[in-house]
Amino acid sequence: MTAATQSLRWREHPLASAAAQRDRLHALGERYDFARPLADAGLWPLRAVGIDVLQINVGRLCNQTCAHCHVDAGPDRREVMSDEVFEACLALLIDGGIGTLDVTGGAPELYPRFRELVTRAAEAGKHVIHRCNLTAILLPRYADIPELLAQHDVEVVASLPYYLPKQTDRQRGDGVFDKSIEAMRRLNDLGYGTGGSRQLNLVTNPVGAFLPGDQGALTRDWRRELQRRYDVTFDHLFTITNMPISRYLEFLDDSNNLERYMDKLRGAFNPVAAKGVMCRSMLSIGFDGAIFDCDFNQMLEMPAKTVHGDDAPNITTLAPEDLVALLGKRGIETAPHCLGCTAGAGSSCGGAVT
Amino acid sequence: MSDTYYDPADLPKFDSVGEDAPELWKKFSQWYGAVFAEGALSEREKALIALGVSHAVQCPYCIDAYTQAALEKGSNMEQMTEAVHVAAAIRGGASLVHGVQMRNVHDHLSM
Repeated sequence: MTAATQSLRWREHPLASAAAQRDRLHALGERYDFARPLADAGLWPLRAVGIDVLQINVGRLCNQTCAHCHVDAGPDRREVMSDEVFEACLALLIDGGIGTLDVTGGAPELYPRFRELVTRAAEAGKHVIHRCNLTAILLPRYADIPELLAQHDVEVVASLPYYLPKQTDRQRGDGVFDKSIEAMRRLNDLGYGTGGSRQLNLVTNPVGAFLPGDQGALTRDWRRELQRRYDVTFDHLFTITNMPISRYLEFLDDSNNLERYMDKLRGAFNPVAAKGVMCRSMLSIGFDGAIFDCDFNQMLEMPAKTVHGDDAPNITTLAPEDLVALLGKRGIETAPHCLGCTAGAGSSCGGAVT
Repeated sequence: MSDTYYDPADLPKFDSVGEDAPELWKKFSQWYGAVFAEGALSEREKALIALGVSHAVQCPYCIDAYTQAALEKGSNMEQMTEAVHVAAAIRGGASLVHGVQMRNVHDHLSM
């Protein structure tokens, strides 16, 4: 495989800095202020309704360097979750009464305690979601992971932007599509994506400066074409809007598409989608134990606030029940990038929200 | 007034055409929306037809809008390029088929 790009960090690009990304978005002006359409919809200030999902980002290390990555992940990134944060995450999940663990990265498989994380969460009766790039599980050191996932009925949410090689490889790197199909076959052989309890759900992010189409219509096309051309199957297709941050922000800037894209997001603001945004029912934890409203805010280094309006404490510093009390009904931190989650049918880690 | 007849910034102003004939604009908008809604044809198929027609009528606004729409509906460049070829073939064929009229006139005039 050949990488689609190199990380912003590796290239010492100014947008490697979260502050620079925030400044770039704010410099576009007040017309992309997220508070205004939210207020018009009667949703300002946006508040959490509870914590149904604990999403933990175990690190930035990835075997791919995708052109649109909001994490700026890649093989050069070495940040990884410490043992102390790992234990605090499991304690919050289990003792905090949170139903779902959503594991993301980087490529989570490359995290040394990934197997233990999945096993302990599943054995505690939690629903576990693994965000998979499909190619990491083909690497020899991680070849046992599909069986482990199957053993615990872990939901696999796998990235596949398009059902053809050209578009997929342009976003994710040369050769990624063929490897992805090989990984899907492997998962299908284990019963994944065949309509049973082993859920294989695909994620498509548009390969360019446009919004995703109707999730139902795209699902029919993806299902038909993947079956016909490659004889692979999946359960659901999630459409996810690209957020104007990190490497996707770089692409928008370099291609002179940023304002047009922001106009598109703003013009497609949907109050129904805004009501159902994922940040209202989840918490996002960084590899260093910092707490955020979502993975996008995490990358922009916009910490969650407690119900008292202070920055959320590190996950290692408080007992699970205290964290839930402080954060369960918190106000959500927003910025112009949030328009990405409320455009059209909405966008979340589980696809469209309406 | 812009320096050119076609300005990309004019496309989002399309609805200003309705300002002096609001009832007609409302009827047009409703009909237009219904035409492109999923029916016997999918929205993706309709966007591809619109893309082909945009080239046949050589409307830059329409080409901009329906290239984007086709991508959003999940079409790829191979499908979109074939749609443009369909438009081109119809335009070329429409010229060529008039060759029959030429032949008819020729035959009528000739000994």
